[in-house]
Amino acid sequence: MTDQAYNFAYLDEQTKRMIRRAILKGLAIPGYQVPFASREMPMPYGWGTGGVQVSAAVLTPEDTFKVIDQGADDTTNAVSIRSFFERTAGVRTTTATCEASVIQTRHRIPEEPLTENQILVYQVPIPEPLRFLEPRESETRKMHSLEEYGLMHVKLYEDIARHGHIATSYAYPVKVEGRYVMDPSPIPKFDNPKLGDMHAVQLFGAGREQRIYALPPYTQVVSLDFEDHPFEASKADHSCGLCGATDSYLDEVITDDQGGRMFVCSDTDYCEGRRAAGFVGDMSADNPAAAMMAAQPTLEIQT
Amino acid sequence: MSTDLRPLLSVKDISKRYGSHIGCAGVSFDLYPGEVMGIVGESGSGKSTLLNCLVGHLTPDTGEVVFDTRVDGPKDTTTMSESERRMLGRTDWAFVHQHARDGLRMGVSAGGNVGERLMAVGERHYGDIRDKATDWLERVEIDAARVDDRPTTFSGGMQQRLQIARNLVTGPRLVFMDEPTGGLDVSVQARLLDLLRGLVRDMGLSAIIVTHDLAVVRLLADRLMVMKSGRVVEAGLTDQVLDDPQHAYSQLLVSSVLQV
Ligand SMILES: Nc1ncnc2c1ncn2[C@@H]1O[C@H](COP(=O)(O)OP(=O)(O)OP(=O)(O)O)[C@@H](O)[C@H]1O
Ligand SMILES: [Mg+2]
Ligand SMILES: [Zn+2]
Repeated sequence: MTDQAYNFAYLDEQTKRMIRRAILKGLAIPGYQVPFASREMPMPYGWGTGGVQVSAAVLTPEDTFKVIDQGADDTTNAVSIRSFFERTAGVRTTTATCEASVIQTRHRIPEEPLTENQILVYQVPIPEPLRFLEPRESETRKMHSLEEYGLMHVKLYEDIARHGHIATSYAYPVKVEGRYVMDPSPIPKFDNPKLGDMHAVQLFGAGREQRIYALPPYTQVVSLDFEDHPFEASKADHSCGLCGATDSYLDEVITDDQGGRMFVCSDTDYCEGRRAAGFVGDMSADNPAAAMMAAQPTLEIQT
Repeated sequence: MSTDLRPLLSVKDISKRYGSHIGCAGVSFDLYPGEVMGIVGESGSGKSTLLNCLVGHLTPDTGEVVFDTRVDGPKDTTTMSESERRMLGRTDWAFVHQHARDGLRMGVSAGGNVGERLMAVGERHYGDIRDKATDWLERVEIDAARVDDRPTTFSGGMQQRLQIARNLVTGPRLVFMDEPTGGLDVSVQARLLDLLRGLVRDMGLSAIIVTHDLAVVRLLADRLMVMKSGRVVEAGLTDQVLDDPQHAYSQLLVSSVLQV
């Protein structure tokens, strides 16, 4: 049911135009952080108000909207953002990646390849990739404008010096079209290769920091690395316990209080789709071998 | 004309005011390859103002700072683009701050501090960068085993030596130093001066060193400029100026030090 007290998608038209201008500028200069006048939203900053404002600016009544929070559609955060737009925009919502025309996400890119008819909106906590080593905003701005990115490699150097390998596994810095260094938001580095040459439009919104940046479709995106420590899109070396997928990003979940654990797809829609199509993982209840294993302890207790 | 006869740095009529107050005024001099120039004068005489104008940290009101660049030959650095000047700052020029923490990244390991300039000019091989950093730590007498330690765990003298290593790793041709031994204990100063003297000689560095310690210039500088109220009142070979100062102010400066 639409809440009539608000304009379509909560923000007034003037604000949406201002945000769209920032988005267009961002698309024109891929990877460049465009300042915008972030508005107060009826939710705390940590909830992705930057992403919400970008979604509000691009949504039309015909859109179908999906929200992903760390791969799942059913977390409190995802549910409340979804219901926010159901209420204020009256748009259809979905959990199916292929049915959505606008997808707002925190921490993941869907496993299913996106199309030219889709927009992926990222929630960004800290847009400045150089912040870690150079806290002065005036200086980082200059570094971007003069393409002085040696500092990014200092960060990776420190990683290797401390851990023996590049331990950065989230928010892994990338270079866009050979020009701007960009923070892809805290997605796992496993998702980094999907950023480049993507068919969909990618928009990044940082509410508290008041920045928007963007990747138009088919943009070149390269993860930074060293010649002798090349970038690797790593994931847990397992297959999904539920659907058997070997190519998807996995979360480790605790299954009982005896330390039982399993790896499952972080992208729940992807996992459900595979299971519906008949794929079975080795921990699935539908798997005869897994069912045997699950039954085993009970047998031992009886003897 | 042989290129050796061409100044590495040619400073012409540099002036800088702070409002109506004079920072420095009408300073001109040439620095030749391999030469070390000392700038002395009491507190407030304009030494740091001049140095900051030369490296582009401050924009002078008048004057030129012509540097003999590797690619294009002599070029006025006050009118070149900021990106070009900052590139010089990472390659052919080095700046050693009085306080090491102004010239170091305190949150980054010693190796990362030394390696930064290498990465800034495009080095992308971790092993090579680390080897060069380790080598430079040893050259400034810091145990290579400290390569992964942060400068916060170093003594003041070690921090200053680390700052020097970080600056010299890309083989600059001109080093600017503002009171490099200031704030250090006397014995630590002596060791640092020895080290600097060795590096300047071995690398054939040209340098401009600001100090109010005449012992520093006696040891390091070929030539000397004495500043007072923003102006150069006397200039010449170091030994000449120190042993036979002509200007009344230089005489005062030299004698006051001798009394200490
Ligand atoms: N940012 C500033 N604003 C206004 N006046 C300044 C500023 N910096 C320096 N001055 C003035 O300019 C003059 C030259 O100062 P400068 O710092 O260059 O002297 P200095 O020779 O380096 O002194 P010290 O030996 O104490 O470092 C002084 O009178 C000083 O008060
Ligand atoms: Mg000074
Ligand atoms: Zn799965």
